[in-house]
Amino acid sequence: MLNVLIRRVLIAIPVLIVVASLTFFFIRLAPGGPFDADKVVSPQVMKNLNAAYNLDAPLYQQYFDYMSGVIVGDFGPSFRYPGRSVSEMIYTGLPITFELAFYALMIAVALGIFSGVLAALKRNTFLDYFPMAIAMLGICVPTFLMGPILVLVFGINLELLPVSGWDTLSGDKLLPSITLGFAYAAYIARLSRGGMLEVLGQDFIRTARAKGLSELSIVTRHAMQGGLLPVVSFMGPAIAGLLGGSFVVETIFQIPGLGRFYVEAAFNRDYTMILGTTIFFSAMIIFFNLLSDLAVLLLNPRARENL
Amino acid sequence: MKKITSIFLVAILYGCGSSVSPVDQGLIDQVMHIGNGSEPQGLDPHIVTGVPEHHLLITMCEGLTTSNPKGGENLPGMAESWEISEDGKIYIFNIRKDAKWSNGDDFVADDIVWSWMRVLTPSLGSQYPDMLYYVEGAEDFNTGVITDFTKVGVKAIDDKTLEVKLNNPTPFFLGLLSHYSTWPVHKETVLKFGEIDDRQGLWTRPGNFVCNGPMNLKSWELNKKIIVEKNPLYWDADKVKLNQMHFYPVSDINTEERMFRAGQLHLTSTVPSQKCGVWREEGNPNLRIDPYMGTYYYRANVNVKPLDNAKVRKALTYAIDREKLTEKVTQCGQIPAYSFTPPGAAGYNPNTEIPYDPELARQLLAEAGYEKTEDFPVLQILYNTSEDHRKIALTIQQMWQQNLGISVELENMDWKVYLSRQNSMDYQISRAGWIGDYEDPNTFLDIMRTGRGNNRTGWSNQEFDELVGKANATADQEERYRLLGEAEKILIDELPIIPIYTYVRSYQLSPDVKGYSPNYLDHHHPKTLYLERD
Repeated sequence: MLNVLIRRVLIAIPVLIVVASLTFFFIRLAPGGPFDADKVVSPQVMKNLNAAYNLDAPLYQQYFDYMSGVIVGDFGPSFRYPGRSVSEMIYTGLPITFELAFYALMIAVALGIFSGVLAALKRNTFLDYFPMAIAMLGICVPTFLMGPILVLVFGINLELLPVSGWDTLSGDKLLPSITLGFAYAAYIARLSRGGMLEVLGQDFIRTARAKGLSELSIVTRHAMQGGLLPVVSFMGPAIAGLLGGSFVVETIFQIPGLGRFYVEAAFNRDYTMILGTTIFFSAMIIFFNLLSDLAVLLLNPRARENL
Repeated sequence: MKKITSIFLVAILYGCGSSVSPVDQGLIDQVMHIGNGSEPQGLDPHIVTGVPEHHLLITMCEGLTTSNPKGGENLPGMAESWEISEDGKIYIFNIRKDAKWSNGDDFVADDIVWSWMRVLTPSLGSQYPDMLYYVEGAEDFNTGVITDFTKVGVKAIDDKTLEVKLNNPTPFFLGLLSHYSTWPVHKETVLKFGEIDDRQGLWTRPGNFVCNGPMNLKSWELNKKIIVEKNPLYWDADKVKLNQMHFYPVSDINTEERMFRAGQLHLTSTVPSQKCGVWREEGNPNLRIDPYMGTYYYRANVNVKPLDNAKVRKALTYAIDREKLTEKVTQCGQIPAYSFTPPGAAGYNPNTEIPYDPELARQLLAEAGYEKTEDFPVLQILYNTSEDHRKIALTIQQMWQQNLGISVELENMDWKVYLSRQNSMDYQISRAGWIGDYEDPNTFLDIMRTGRGNNRTGWSNQEFDELVGKANATADQEERYRLLGEAEKILIDELPIIPIYTYVRSYQLSPDVKGYSPNYLDHHHPKTLYLERD
């Protein structure tokens, strides 16, 4: 177990260096620079600007300067927002993106597992078809459609909830969390139904039934531990997806999270911001994948045997 | 299931705790909520560029003059009065005796001198130093020809008197002074957080920020909200009725529209263009369409064939039905443009004509040697990603194909790629827009002079350059407009740019907002605004 942990952490370091280096050089290949604007500035001003941000140094020099900064945790100043450092912007946006992802995950897990398990238990009845149809809808309807529909219904027609904001008006966190959580709830529902069906047909469940255990105890204590393994391994990519993919929801609901910075940085050619967020999100994805793999190892004795 | 349902219900009910919308509450507290486009780059008037930044800065800082909310001549700001020498080259500004910074410091003439030195310091990398190039020696200082700022024509005669010497009589000089790049910053505060040329200084953060406008920075939550509140030390504080203004960086137009509908905003930065036509028909009472000093046009790269031929450019221009385009496609009250400078601004009315005449256009094309339209090379229109630009380009493509029988292709590019291709002249026809920085035709015609960075067409005309140059050395406004009118005629005869329409500013405004008067530059001083329900 410890071996796995150490090995995975050691692999993560070169992965991150490769990600950072590729991003560094690829963004320089994209046409247009951070200071290209509709109103052209004089060559002198452009020279001054490039000098102010070390862009006049040779590319390899810029690369080494940047990487040596990253090692000590300095992601440099943002090109788009003078006076802001990339670290500061990540630090401001991250807790919000985390919070949104957390609520969304809670909704996704609660709704997904409940309806998935129910569907597996009541296989081929209305209680199977109905939640699975909704889940299919959740997978198919993109958040950029789901969000505005929820806003129109609950925000504008029923006037129950604010249509945007985060920590500004009371209740403004509900709609974005539901919007983001719903798509993942759908995946989790399908995964847990599949997993549960497989486990419910196995011998040890029959044994449990033969022992005369109550249905509730069979499902919660025996079946779910194995049946939800697919959901556990899905958690890693899901959390990474929730963090990195919250851009659409953040835009629709005017949430000051990291996702918006990430995407806008690319449009603005804010080199340091693109790099900072890319490195950061990569680290997050690696971390959460590792976490979910470790969880699977803990829960699944068979996976441990193969170590 | 029951448990989850009840948690959900409790959450919703909790959410409905306060049902008073921000707009309703604002009426009681005199707090105005504003959709402000994108997150401002910053609040340092010498570094930032852009419209959202301007909307914020106009509430917090003030130049020597302020723009007139009703349009026209600028009003006194930090300077209560001024005298202009007979040759129009020397300005003496009398600074207000009661002018103060928001920290209580006296506002003195030297603050302007130091601030202008900062804008012009090359290593600051200000993107608007040319606003001050009309001042003697300013350009030389900014480009490093001279390093002694005392040689630049701005001097504090005493604490409350400022002398400015210009290269030429510049009738729009007072207008320039309402642009934020010429505004003062508080020397001690800037220096407390960095050097004069520090772009990363933290002086613009809440708590540190000191300026001299009607409002002061209260809080700034990145990508969420900026709050400014009334500055009691402002010289005209008695007139300021609003207590606070909240600016939201809502980059998504549709989100902004929903926020307005839900009573979260008094004012939006724009309206979704697809809704504008419908709203005009239905008579949406909140929709406002104001004239705006901007022109939507196409650039023609005169360095490439066949656009090097003025007759071809004319044929293309005459084959566009501008009235149909604005009526059926843009649909938001845009005005067909028949000149480069929008007519009416600062009393200047260009006397130019652009006919819609497909017959004449075909004839011109034939004269240019393209009698058989098959010989005409495929033309490409470059534009940046936007549904609106695409619709316009499609319409023009169709008009050119129908009226001239030529083939046209559309090239859609990401914003920065589009800019980079335009800057390197790697295009044939390119979409463009120009918004005036101050209310004078010079802000348009000047960019078409030879070698100007924003010309970007490769066009150069000596007569045009001379006329604009001569106009700017003339103190007599009538004679000046005559000369600029002549220059405009040359431009519209040569057509390196193809004017399409004059912009309008369309937005939604709550009927509670009073004192919001439309003006060409879209400058709205907070001291004229207040909230009241009829």
